[in-house]
Amino acid sequence: MSTAQTPLHKVQGMGSSHSGTGHFWHERVTAVALIPLSLWFAYTVLGLIGTSEVTALQFLAHPWNALLMGGFVCFSLWHTYLGLQVVVDDYIHTAGAKIFLLLLIRFSVIATGATCLFAIVRIAAL
Amino acid sequence: MADNPQTPLATTRPLSPHMTVYRWPVTMMASITHRVTGVGLAMGAVVLAWWLVSISNGPEGWQSFHAIADTPIGLIVLFGLTWSLIYHFLNGIRHLAWDLGYGFDKQVAERNSVIVFALSIIAALAVFALTWTGHGGYLQ
Repeated sequence: MSTAQTPLHKVQGMGSSHSGTGHFWHERVTAVALIPLSLWFAYTVLGLIGTSEVTALQFLAHPWNALLMGGFVCFSLWHTYLGLQVVVDDYIHTAGAKIFLLLLIRFSVIATGATCLFAIVRIAAL
Repeated sequence: MADNPQTPLATTRPLSPHMTVYRWPVTMMASITHRVTGVGLAMGAVVLAWWLVSISNGPEGWQSFHAIADTPIGLIVLFGLTWSLIYHFLNGIRHLAWDLGYGFDKQVAERNSVIVFALSIIAALAVFALTWTGHGGYLQ
């Protein structure tokens, strides 16, 4: 049977996206991790509404809560990047605009995550 | 190449999908809403960063956050983010169920779409109702 695929392409088994199922899988792994983390986040935010900054500081300074908030930030922003990447892939078909937007999204997500993590460490150290 | 059958047909064939002429099925609405709430939550991550930084800045930071968050526009944005998170959470569980092979039946998919829409709106309203009636802030 004739095929346009090279033997190397065939043996790599990564299809036309050249990346296999990695993106799909990471989106699912982060989604599963975010189920308990989102429930904890909702419990935390609701519990801190209407309190003082002292309460919020003390709660988030607790090692477990700092770790959970750090986990929520990392997994949700990773999931955000993967999701926004799909939106760009679906609607932007010009190579230049696509690369520009993907880089912009990647840098924005990293900047947002770094800011969150810095604030969490600062709260824990206060 | 000379008798490519696609050339004359292509001009008369309907193109798909025509979002403006189709009746929108509820499953399609659910799918589009999942994407829209996802993009909205990406903006919400910036609000989360601002909230955490404001807490780390002590009393002045806390007040500066609430000076903006407690305005009508701030509350509308927070309600939108609350609903988006609940919707994306519930519909995300549907996506994970699909990955396991459940929920593809037409009637089931339509029913679950309606359930997710209804539950997310009820839960978002419940969150704001509980907060306004003083049931938040239990970590004091």
